[in-house]
Amino acid sequence: MFEQTDPNQIQLNSEGQLKHYLTTEGLSRELLTEILDTADSFVDMSAQQVKKVPLLRGKTVVNLFFEASTRTLSTFELAAKRLSADVLNLNISTSSTSKGETLKDTLMTLEAMHSDMFVVRHSDSGAAHFIAQHVTPDVAVINAGDGRHAHPTQAMLDMLTIRRHKGDFAPLVVAIVGDILHSRVARSQIHALRTLGAAEVRVIAPQTLLPKHIEALGVRVFTDMNEGLKDVDVVMMLRLQKERMTSALLPSESEFFKLYGLSEEKLALAKPDAVVMHPGPINRGVEIESVVADGPRSLILDQVTNGIAVRMAVMSMSMSGQTTEKQARLGNGE
Amino acid sequence: MSQLMNIQIKGGRVIDPAQSLDKVSDLYISQGKIIALGDAPEGFEADQTIDASGKVVSPGLIDLCGHLREPGYTHKGNIASETEAAVAGGITSVVTPPTTKPIVDNPAVVELIKDRAERANLAKVLPMGALTKGLQGEQLAPLHALASSGCVAFTNGRHANASSLALTRCLEYAATHDLLVIFQPQDESLTNKGCMHDDTTCTRLGLNGIPESAETIEVSRNLLLVEQTGVRAHFGQLSAERSVRMVMDARERGLPVTADVAIQHFLLTDENVNGFDSNFHLIPPLRSQLDRAGLRQALLAEGIQAICSDHQPHDRAAKEAPFASTEPGIIGFETLLPLSLLLVNQGLMEISQIIDKLATQPAKILGLESGSLEVGRAADICIFDPEEKWSLTAETTRSEGSNTPFMNFELKGRVSHTLIDGQLVYQL
Repeated sequence: MFEQTDPNQIQLNSEGQLKHYLTTEGLSRELLTEILDTADSFVDMSAQQVKKVPLLRGKTVVNLFFEASTRTLSTFELAAKRLSADVLNLNISTSSTSKGETLKDTLMTLEAMHSDMFVVRHSDSGAAHFIAQHVTPDVAVINAGDGRHAHPTQAMLDMLTIRRHKGDFAPLVVAIVGDILHSRVARSQIHALRTLGAAEVRVIAPQTLLPKHIEALGVRVFTDMNEGLKDVDVVMMLRLQKERMTSALLPSESEFFKLYGLSEEKLALAKPDAVVMHPGPINRGVEIESVVADGPRSLILDQVTNGIAVRMAVMSMSMSGQTTEKQARLGNGE
Repeated sequence: MSQLMNIQIKGGRVIDPAQSLDKVSDLYISQGKIIALGDAPEGFEADQTIDASGKVVSPGLIDLCGHLREPGYTHKGNIASETEAAVAGGITSVVTPPTTKPIVDNPAVVELIKDRAERANLAKVLPMGALTKGLQGEQLAPLHALASSGCVAFTNGRHANASSLALTRCLEYAATHDLLVIFQPQDESLTNKGCMHDDTTCTRLGLNGIPESAETIEVSRNLLLVEQTGVRAHFGQLSAERSVRMVMDARERGLPVTADVAIQHFLLTDENVNGFDSNFHLIPPLRSQLDRAGLRQALLAEGIQAICSDHQPHDRAAKEAPFASTEPGIIGFETLLPLSLLLVNQGLMEISQIIDKLATQPAKILGLESGSLEVGRAADICIFDPEEKWSLTAETTRSEGSNTPFMNFELKGRVSHTLIDGQLVYQL
């Protein structure tokens, strides 16, 4: 009874360019490819002596982390600095928000400092959408992970890593293995892989770690890893949180490893040239065997390098989309 | 003084399902009661005449669930503000849950609510009492004393009794005094901090899901214990088709059970949550399209006796946060009738059937005198234009809250007059 507009359109300006980066869902193949192409150019640049470009010179980027994460925070910081932005890192523990200050209060305070971009990590699904809906115009919002919903920079650094090793997505069979239920990474990977045209996306997990009707996202579901890994080109492992053991989702780490951990033996079921990825940090011996994580088919360190490039890409594209929209608005005499 | 006024309601289409009445007729009120339909009684002189031509004259609506927020949560709403919203929606009686602060588990709180309601002098406020002390599910609340001071029914709200033994004893005690028990079924462990129906949209949004079984398991346990204890029971705000089927089956077996569903559950589904709009954050959650279709069918098949608003005003901050961190519930007093009429406009049912669900049946469930326009009854009356188009806005709503997805939505059907005990308490 209400007109259902695609809520992910909020990411785009009137020209169809990125102005926020909240989720990979609903973005076109052209746009995702543009992110990859832009990131590719930054990867090459990072290998050079001078690693900085002036794309965000004079802009202030606020890393607004409501959930602690040293790794993601530092790659975003580095990405912003390589774009010549001024960076402010704010670790806002949930205890300070429980003092009565609402997320909206926090946001208004930061806006008064004339920030140009918020990079947000929050434990609530939809937090980045909420912030994008409530920030003043011209401020870009980049989602650095919201609840179980989306982690779009992680997904696109994974896509970049895949493309740099495999080229075209069309023939690829990709398996995502582990705790799909609690994973924002998995959801963002699935949308990106589907849009980029991967031949088949599989999820492999016990039923306790699968969200309801996950097949509706266009994936094939396997509960048996040996079956699910057959003829796979890319194996994407997910991190398993220890607390899953105490909430009756799994009996033990060792049983999980036995059934869903990536060992050399299981990897042998995939294609001979299959590559292995993991968003980190790794639980060695829980979701992946050390010999696989450190082996020749592991792309885990490439993922980290590509992460900086992808973050530079979405930050510069979103800022540029905001600028275009601002100019259009000023041109209209507003 | 105005209570003693003689009022003539002229030329309206009088619909009273309790008398199977649906005809254009005049209606006469004196001493707060309906004294005649059709021709004026001899010697009747109207102090006031209300022209109801082109409008429907129906019994005042009886809402089986509306949160007034007082005492304890007056930053969200209060008895005066919310009953003002109620009468603007044609609602003359509101049943209120015991989840105030303090909880309605002793007669003093009932007295306080009654006192505030009397001072507001708008809709009749009918408190539900807590079934157990503090809604803890352990110790029996003083049901008899609460009933004597004015509680019309008893509930443990959404806090299901952890102990089936304690629940059984509560039901036995309520049965002893022939008290009505209202279940708002929700299994806490299965709800598990969930905030929406566990299905495809939930999976995509990465929110915590509430499975249908969180409701059906409680409905099933409650039905078995109703059968064992013989208590009169009502199920409030069901959301899943399967729950309604279970209650229907039980009725067919002769159990004294009834059910209501909030109007929004006949209109919306979990897919509306797409986009994280906190105005679609409801408990029980909006369920699937199949559930919505099933609820509509059950409404037609008399499996659902009443429609309620489940009115829940909130302060802005409670709704301005990421979805899962917002508080559930929407305001609904002023939209209850027009949204119910939407079911008429969609061809599902007749206006008289809607009035049956909004007034006649709720009165029956509660055992109230009102809910009918029979001569001799209290003149609790709602007059509305079923064709008038209008929109509720944040500026015009009488409620302290403005949390509803139906804000600025084009509604059809608008209340023009509300009378309680023959007193005009609302006029458009």
